[in-house]
Amino acid sequence: MIEATGLTKDYGEKRAVDGLGFTVQPGIVTGFLGPNGSGKSTTMRLILGLDRPTAGDVTVNGKHYAQHPAPLHEVGALLEARSVHTGRSARNHLLALAQTHGIPRSRVDELTDFVGLHDVARKRAGKFSLGMGQRLGLATALLGDPATVILDEPVNGLDPEGIHWIRNMLKQLAAEGRTVFVSSHLMSEMALTADHLIVIGRGKLIADTTVEEFVRRASRNVVRVRSPQALKLGDVLKDAKVTQVEPGVLEIEGLDAAVIGDTALAHQIAIHELTPVQASLEEAFMELTQDDVEYRAA
Amino acid sequence: MTTVAVTQPRVVRSEWTKFITVRSTLWSLGVGILLTLLFPILFAAVTSAHWGTMSPHERADRHPMDIALAGVNVAQLAIAVLGVLVITAEYSTGMIRSTFLAVPKRLPVLWAKLGVFAVVSFALTLPAVIVSFYTSQAILNRHHILQTSISSPGVLRVIVGSALYVMGVGVFALALGAIIRNTAGGISAFVGIFFVIPPLMNVLPLSWNNAISKWLPSEAGRQLFALTRDPSRFAQWPSGAIFLGYCVLAIAIAAVLLVRRDA
Repeated sequence: MIEATGLTKDYGEKRAVDGLGFTVQPGIVTGFLGPNGSGKSTTMRLILGLDRPTAGDVTVNGKHYAQHPAPLHEVGALLEARSVHTGRSARNHLLALAQTHGIPRSRVDELTDFVGLHDVARKRAGKFSLGMGQRLGLATALLGDPATVILDEPVNGLDPEGIHWIRNMLKQLAAEGRTVFVSSHLMSEMALTADHLIVIGRGKLIADTTVEEFVRRASRNVVRVRSPQALKLGDVLKDAKVTQVEPGVLEIEGLDAAVIGDTALAHQIAIHELTPVQASLEEAFMELTQDDVEYRAA
Repeated sequence: MTTVAVTQPRVVRSEWTKFITVRSTLWSLGVGILLTLLFPILFAAVTSAHWGTMSPHERADRHPMDIALAGVNVAQLAIAVLGVLVITAEYSTGMIRSTFLAVPKRLPVLWAKLGVFAVVSFALTLPAVIVSFYTSQAILNRHHILQTSISSPGVLRVIVGSALYVMGVGVFALALGAIIRNTAGGISAFVGIFFVIPPLMNVLPLSWNNAISKWLPSEAGRQLFALTRDPSRFAQWPSGAIFLGYCVLAIAIAAVLLVRRDA
């Protein structure tokens, strides 16, 4: 369980996190969504006690991170930035961290096997690819068998197989009753893994809702129709909102494909394509956060 | 798992593992020891070979302990670089975040790093200096005037003092690294304080130079392994206390900043 109230962080003049308040519940995967630069990583650093909030408060499992006598058993974290000495092997990296909690060496070996780094465990971490680095980061996060897992952009740099593996692991961790808090700037990724969403933009809370609710709210019901008699079809479908996107192609909002098809048949209008278009989550997300994007291509 | 908590001994164990599992440690320590041993051998061999052609004045300038400890001044740089790296390499690689996630109270990390590094630098320098003492004495055995014994007054104190000095340098450099959090910056600061500022004092009028120099960390520390009292400096123990004071000050600043700053 992670509880934030009025969480605020300034870096000099710039306000990175602005009065955030949310609760991350155990037993489900909570996605932390926002465009790049919206304050996700900063929020996570505040939760983990790496940075000190300018105002407000955040606790994990009821205490400030630093107040836990054995923090690795409470919270496991994968940060977006690399957090490994490049000259040290994966195994020694994990061992050094394990030793601070008296975690046995056998647990280190267990984890290098689990994340698939067995063959490279003795290689210097500086030689690791981005994907291997993420796997090592995950092993670090799971070292203390923590009740809460915080992962910042965990699928970054992973191949499709690795991404699939992470998704399943996150669900598994949540199913075991753990609190799972995962950030991403990709809505589609979150739609596949998360149950609940916390969306931020420019450091402010935009939405705190279930994925289903977010999707429902976001989806426009649009059907794409291609017809040689497009104009005639448009006239017939008076009740719907019809937009001609190109000659012969209509986008029809407010009617389902079946009704449109039946109507066309009744009026003997030929139809060459009839496709329900679900507004992509990506679009919905962009629409929701467009006013809150920090950096944008011109 | 027994008691589930982060404890100081566990953090020490972790820091020891970190210390011995990167190559830069072994390199710097190896270079440090090699310099401690090599310079006295060279210095002794050259002195021995040229003794016949040296002026009485030159001969009077040669002291067996200066020869035996000729490497310490150079080796301290290797130890200082390693001291800085022990902490700044964690900042440059991002390891410090993993470290502080495991030990969020942070100070145990600083104490463990200082402890491990102090013990290692002392435990390696002391035998190296003892070996270089006996080696240089053996090379100089034809010259009775350059012979001395470990039981002669002051000799053992100077030997132990030099190892204490190197340890202090390492600790001071580590604290500098923790304050500055950048390898190049940390090493530059150390070189500035120990190698640049002291000779700069020579441009001052002599009375000023003497009044200021004895307070410098490098000059105060050096008295720990000076066989004879330099009248322009404080005596050994007050000098040692000043040197210790600088180390404590640097550690205190590092500790305060470590807890206060964002990682």
